[in-house]
Amino acid sequence: MSDMKLTLKVWRQAGPSAPGAFKSYPASANEHMSFLEMLDVVNEDLQEQGEEPIAFDHDCREGICGSCSLVINGSPHGPKGGVTTCQLHMRSFKNGDEIVIEPWRAKSFPVLRDLVVDRSPLDRIIAAGGFISVPTGAPPDGNAIPVAKEDSDRAMDAAACIGCGACVAACPNASAMLFTSAKVVHLSLMPQGQPERNRRVLAMVNAMDEEGFGGCTNYGECQAACPKEISVENIALMNREFLRATLHDRDGAPRVAGTM
Amino acid sequence: MHLDAKLPAGPLDAKWARHRAALRLVSPANKRKYHVIVVGSGLAGASAAASLAELGYQVSCFCFQDSPRRAHSIAAQGGINAAKNYQNDGDSAERLFTDTIKGGDFRSREANVYRLSEVSVNIIDQCVAQGVPFAREYGGMLANRSFGGAQVSRTFYARGQTGQQLLIGAYQALERQIGLGAVKMYERHEMLDLVVVDGKARGIVVRDLITGEMSSHAGDAVVLGTGGYGNVFYLSTNAKGSNVTAAFRAYKRGAGFANPCFTQIHPTCIPVSGDYQSKLTLMSESLRNDGRVWVPLKQGDTRAPGDIPEAERDYYLERKYPSYGNLAPRDISSRAAKEACDDGRGVGPGGRGVYLDFAAAIARLGEDTIRERYGNLFDMYAQITGENPYKVPMRIYPAVHYTMGGLWVDYNLMSNLPGLHVIGEANFSDHGANRLGASALMQGLADGYFVLPYTIGDYLASNKLAPVDTSHDAFRVAEAEAKAATDRFLAINGTRTVDSFHRELGQLMWEKCGMARDRAGLEEALRRIPELRAEFWSNLKVLGTSDSLNQSLEKAGRVADYMEFAELMCRDALEREESCGGHFRTEYQTADGEALRDDAHFAHVAVWGYEGPDAPPTRHREELEFEFIKLATRSYK
Repeated sequence: MSDMKLTLKVWRQAGPSAPGAFKSYPASANEHMSFLEMLDVVNEDLQEQGEEPIAFDHDCREGICGSCSLVINGSPHGPKGGVTTCQLHMRSFKNGDEIVIEPWRAKSFPVLRDLVVDRSPLDRIIAAGGFISVPTGAPPDGNAIPVAKEDSDRAMDAAACIGCGACVAACPNASAMLFTSAKVVHLSLMPQGQPERNRRVLAMVNAMDEEGFGGCTNYGECQAACPKEISVENIALMNREFLRATLHDRDGAPRVAGTM
Repeated sequence: MHLDAKLPAGPLDAKWARHRAALRLVSPANKRKYHVIVVGSGLAGASAAASLAELGYQVSCFCFQDSPRRAHSIAAQGGINAAKNYQNDGDSAERLFTDTIKGGDFRSREANVYRLSEVSVNIIDQCVAQGVPFAREYGGMLANRSFGGAQVSRTFYARGQTGQQLLIGAYQALERQIGLGAVKMYERHEMLDLVVVDGKARGIVVRDLITGEMSSHAGDAVVLGTGGYGNVFYLSTNAKGSNVTAAFRAYKRGAGFANPCFTQIHPTCIPVSGDYQSKLTLMSESLRNDGRVWVPLKQGDTRAPGDIPEAERDYYLERKYPSYGNLAPRDISSRAAKEACDDGRGVGPGGRGVYLDFAAAIARLGEDTIRERYGNLFDMYAQITGENPYKVPMRIYPAVHYTMGGLWVDYNLMSNLPGLHVIGEANFSDHGANRLGASALMQGLADGYFVLPYTIGDYLASNKLAPVDTSHDAFRVAEAEAKAATDRFLAINGTRTVDSFHRELGQLMWEKCGMARDRAGLEEALRRIPELRAEFWSNLKVLGTSDSLNQSLEKAGRVADYMEFAELMCRDALEREESCGGHFRTEYQTADGEALRDDAHFAHVAVWGYEGPDAPPTRHREELEFEFIKLATRSYK
């Protein structure tokens, strides 16, 4: 195991309305460290020198909570496909590398401090319709409604979304179509999701627009950046769901324009 | 301390039904007059907040993460138990009850565990109705797998992301209520104190982690679903933010802390690779369905695993526990790994690892089947270690994972402090001295969906609660104290970072209060913790301000609580002079190295009461009565 010497260029910003700028820091690492562990060591050094540590979101550090959110050398979650920043290990870098680290950049995700952004718009999209309205109580037996394995598996592929927002950060339009479509498709594939199928997609797309996310123009950057490799096929499926719902529009959900 | 567990009388299988029928109700029109505060948004907190809001209560829900969907329940991998008997293999509520009591080494309450087993079936139905994409068979029926400590297949799963899918189900129900205006959600808010008025829990003080602003919230009841305290060890499978702060501050306000020394060390985690290590990653117990655990027979055998012939391997779990084999419960499997490594037969750097080998399963079932069952776990392993587990055996070692101890609660999930309810991992109930795999998700959701919504109504209907708002003196005092404590960290201006103190405390706890404990080690820890704490308060360095996002300041508050809580854990471990489940005192073991319980003296819950900063805490007891199951020595042989 060899030690690497690296130079980090990190976005520092004291608060939501403060101006930000890149600052350079030396860093050292070995190949077994995770990217965040490398930053931990930098932060320990900074504090010993009397400089405030770099703020970044992180929690589970095993790729499932969706907290970590760094743009590394221009790519959300870094150069390696199919992983979150916390799962990125330093063996993906080499001695002498310069690494540029930025926050998610999107109008709908304002920077709170350094590399920490506000992703609450994603929660509001779910609150608008990303659920099945079933109060706690006595639903039918779990095996009462068979679900084809293929449907359950495809629903799970979409439901694997961790809500990190990398798709938004990667998209030149800062669109949240991949995130929104993953939930629409997950629930529309399940028999339990059928009754609210039209209402759901209309409400979620409407919420997505209200939060200021851009539209989809088929760049496909979102799928490339997604740590869970959610397919852009979901966006096509959501567009179909949306069209279908607009034509039916039976259940009183608001009719919305655009976003096709 | 008054500890009345309020266990209902009558036959085991009628207790919950009768109790529920006798609980007082709040009429639909009156529910909206009550405000319930829920702290935490994991499986327990989110399911409770959503269910209470559906019933009509006003609910405020708080989490420290930036979204309720990120609570650490999300990381549970393998599955959730339910006594559905879909496999026709003889499962029943009685059998799940027996497995759980036995798995917990006879240190849990019969009535609670039976209720948990009963409602386990409702949880699956509820989650299916929410659209959780559980694994299915080709015919469309739900699939099951096996977990440790059971001889039936009762674990439901969604690939290796069961916790994620169940939490997202609860989160979606919660978001629906937020959208309807029935729940007010406070993300990035950390609870710093519990406010008690006239002997009842009436609110909390929180800090907004973005602006640093302190605020008070008053309610008619407070529900803590704030998780476990495994991070006292610094390295654990918990999320970095998981903490004991909410529970510990409730303890300081008078809530009893039960069995703090009962911690679960999970047998299958990726070993430590260096001193920069920030957390440990779990490899799901479900892997033991198909993986075989072994070490070389010879000490110091450094050959590559593939070069060690079958005859020179020790499949020690299969050898020692033939009837459960690789699916022996967690405490037993962890200790067996430690013994093998202590014996000089560990593998990998530093000799702190054992093999989890899939070669036989791949030969039998093919790589594709194994990939379908565990693909994401294998990928995760490869990502972290740079090794391909389809080709070479995984290296695993035990790591701190779950805490069975927690705030004491009665059968209604209420602590000894009226109005303070505690759910999920944060309470002590149900798992005794060792939790079985796939039972944490079950308990969190049982508490939140199917127990608390009934019992909290009884509390609200049975008590005349005087109107209290945040202008009450108790709130002003608690807020000022929280502010002063926060500012104190910034004023120390010493030389050591929070993390450096946390690491040192964690190392001490792992060595003296980890997988094996003894009197001398615990006494030493009890000498060293106060010294370390004194240094913490005189030499801590926290930069920045309290009126902005300051992650070091957040950590300082949590570590300050661990510095006190660690002492409580060691005290509890010292006083419990027996071995049971995850609590293994080396002085108390059988001739063949198994845990030796002392039912005559320790068949009780130890409940600690806070007596102020300058006095030791007092130890109280809730005796455990075993009416329906015979106390016996656990055997998985």
